[in-house]
Amino acid sequence: MKTLPIVDHPTKAHAFVADNERTHWHDQALWFVRSKRDKQAGSVPEWEYLRSLASQIKTETIAKLGDYLSEFERNATALGATVHWAADAAEHNEIVLKILRDHETLRIVKSKSMLTEECGLNHFLEDNGIEVVDTDLGERIVQLRKETPSHIVLPAIHIRKEEVGETFHEHLGTDEGASDPQYLTEAARGHLRDKFLAGEVGITGVNFAIAETGGFVICTNEGNADLGVSLPRVHIACMGIEKIIPRFEDLAVFIRLLARSATGQPITTYTSHFHGPRDPQSELHIVLVDNGRSQLRNRSEFRDALHCIRCGACMNTCPVYRRSGGHSYSATVPGPIGSVLSPTRDSSSYKSLPYACSLCGSCTDVCPVKIPLHHQLLAWRKELVDQNLLPYSKRISMKGASILFRNPRLFTFAGWVGRKSLKWLPHGMTHNRWNTWTIARELPEPPRESFRHWYAANRKR
Amino acid sequence: MIQQTKATTKSRQAILDRLLGTEVIGPGLPTVDPNQLIHFEDPVAKFIEVLATVGGQAHVVDDLRQIGEILAKLPVYSQAKRVVSLVPEAVPSSFDLAAIDDPHALASLDWTIAKGEFPVAENGAIWVQGETMPHRVLLFIAQYLAIVVSRSQMVHNLHEAYARIGTPKSPFGVFVSGPSKTADIEQSLVLGAHGCRELQVFLTP
Ligand code: SF4
Repeated sequence: MKTLPIVDHPTKAHAFVADNERTHWHDQALWFVRSKRDKQAGSVPEWEYLRSLASQIKTETIAKLGDYLSEFERNATALGATVHWAADAAEHNEIVLKILRDHETLRIVKSKSMLTEECGLNHFLEDNGIEVVDTDLGERIVQLRKETPSHIVLPAIHIRKEEVGETFHEHLGTDEGASDPQYLTEAARGHLRDKFLAGEVGITGVNFAIAETGGFVICTNEGNADLGVSLPRVHIACMGIEKIIPRFEDLAVFIRLLARSATGQPITTYTSHFHGPRDPQSELHIVLVDNGRSQLRNRSEFRDALHCIRCGACMNTCPVYRRSGGHSYSATVPGPIGSVLSPTRDSSSYKSLPYACSLCGSCTDVCPVKIPLHHQLLAWRKELVDQNLLPYSKRISMKGASILFRNPRLFTFAGWVGRKSLKWLPHGMTHNRWNTWTIARELPEPPRESFRHWYAANRKR
Repeated sequence: MIQQTKATTKSRQAILDRLLGTEVIGPGLPTVDPNQLIHFEDPVAKFIEVLATVGGQAHVVDDLRQIGEILAKLPVYSQAKRVVSLVPEAVPSSFDLAAIDDPHALASLDWTIAKGEFPVAENGAIWVQGETMPHRVLLFIAQYLAIVVSRSQMVHNLHEAYARIGTPKSPFGVFVSGPSKTADIEQSLVLGAHGCRELQVFLTP
C-alpha cells in the first residue's frame, strides 16, 4: 500500500476558514438541515426507542457479519442476481470494469454512492475509456467542477449558487450569470435526461441489503437511481459489507430513522426495493466490498463505527465540520464519523482528525444508530499517544504538564508566574502570530490570588 | 447481450475467514413492541397532511369517475399528449402500452397513472408493487405522476407496512412520497429533479 500524505486538518481548513462570510454561510446552511432533523425527530414519540432498536440490530449484525453475508449471497443468487466479492478498492474497480467490458459498455450512469467514491471508481473507469455520468444533482455539480463531494448526503453543500451557475454556463450552456436554483435544476434535468437515455449500464450504491430476502434498498429524492437502472438491462449495485441488515422487517426501523436524520424528511421521495434482476433478459450484479471493514470489525474499541448508516447528521451538527468544510478532512467520509474511520485506515496520515473535535458530544446525541462518536474520538487520541503519533509540540507540552501536576511547589510557582504575567505582559507579547490560540480570543483577567491562598485565608481555622 | 458476467469470488473466502475468525458476541435481534409505535386517531387526515408537506396533493374520492374529472381540471393534464394509465377503470391511456417493449420509447411520456397497494400515514408514502407496471420506468420517467390507492388499506407506520408486504414477491417495489425533488443547490428545494414534477394521489374508498 502506498503511503498517503499527512492530512493536517487545520492546514487543510485554512483557505475555507479564511473566508469569513463563506464559513458563516456554510455553518448556517448545515444548521438549517440540523434544525429540520430536530423537528422530525421530535415528531416521532418513539424516536429513542427506534435508536436503541437500530443500535441493537446493527450490533448483532456486525457480530454475525460473516453468517449474514453468506445468507445474503445465497438468497440474492437464488433470485437471479450475481454476487461478487472484492477485498479492496482495486478489486472492486476491476470487477465493475470486467462487467462493463463484457457488455461492451462505453457510457454508464451512476447514482450517489459513497463506496464508489471511496474506491475512486470514476477516475478508474474514465482512465479505461468509459464515460461516467453522476446523476445525483449535487454529485454532477461536483463532477463537472472536477471536485469531490464535501458531504456524504449533500455533496455540493460547499458550493454557492452563483458558482453552480458558472459551471452550468460553461458545461450546459445556461445563461451567463444565472443563479436561480429552479432554473439551474431544470437545465440539469434536461441535460441528464439525455444521459439517462444513453446510459448502457446503471451503477448504484446500496442503503440497506437484507440477508433474509437477498434484496436491497436504495433511497433517493431525485429518482435518479431508479431512472438510471430501469432503462438499461444491466444494473451494478456496489455496497460495503456493513450495509447488511438481517430481516426484511428491520427496514422499518432504519428507513424511519434515515431520512429524518439526514435531511429532516419523513422518508425520501423514493425508497426502492430490488429483489433480483428486472426480467430474464436483464442482469443484476451486486459487488460486496470489504476494503478494511473486516479489519475494523476486529478492533473492539472502534467496531461500532461499522453501524453507520451514512445519514450525515453528525456532520450537520458538528461545530468543527460546519466551520471547516468537508474537504478539510481529505476523505470520502468527513465529519465526526470520518474522523473515526479515516485513522483506522491509516493512523499516521489521519492523525490530526481526532483533534478536529471539541468533544462537545453533539454527534453522539444525534446519531440514529447511537455510535458513541465522541468517545471514539477520545479513544483515538489515546491510541495516537500509544502509537507515538502525537506531534512533538503536543508531546513536549504533555510531558511538561505531567511534571507540573506531580509537583505541588512547581505548580504553586507556575500559578504565581501566570497571574503576574497575565497582569504585566504587554498585549503584543501574548497576541502575536506565534500564538494561534489568541487569534480570536482574549486572555482571562488574572485573579488577585490563588485558590490555595483564598482557602487558607477563609476556610482554614 | 454479449455474455453474462460470472460472479467474482476470489476474495470471498479471505473475507469470510477474517469475519468468522474473530468471534464477537452480539445482543441478539430485538422484537419490536407494537405498543411503543405511533398510531393516529385519523390516519387518512395524517396522510394528507404529511403528503402536503412533501409536495404532493391528495384527493379523497368516492367514485373512480371523479379521478378523471379532477385531472381534467389540471392544465398540465388536459394539455398532455401521452398518458399511460395503469388504472384503466378510472382513466384511459392515450396509446397502446403493449406495443412498447423498449422502455426508452417512453421518454416523452407526460403522465403515468399508477396503482398503489396501500398508503402509510406517518410519512405520506404509498407502496407501489413492481408487477403492476409493465415497465418500472413508467413511475420515474413521466413528467407527472398520479397514484390511485385505497384509503381503507391505510397503515399507520412503516412497521405495519413491512409486515403487510411480508416477503417481497416481485423484483421491484417502491415507496413513493411526494414528487421528485432536490435541494442540492444551496438547500433551495426544487420539485421535479429527475422524476415527476408533481404527484397527485387519489384516495379511493
Ligand atoms: S455516524 Fe451516525 S450520525 Fe454520523 S453519518 Fe453515521 S449514522 Fe449518521
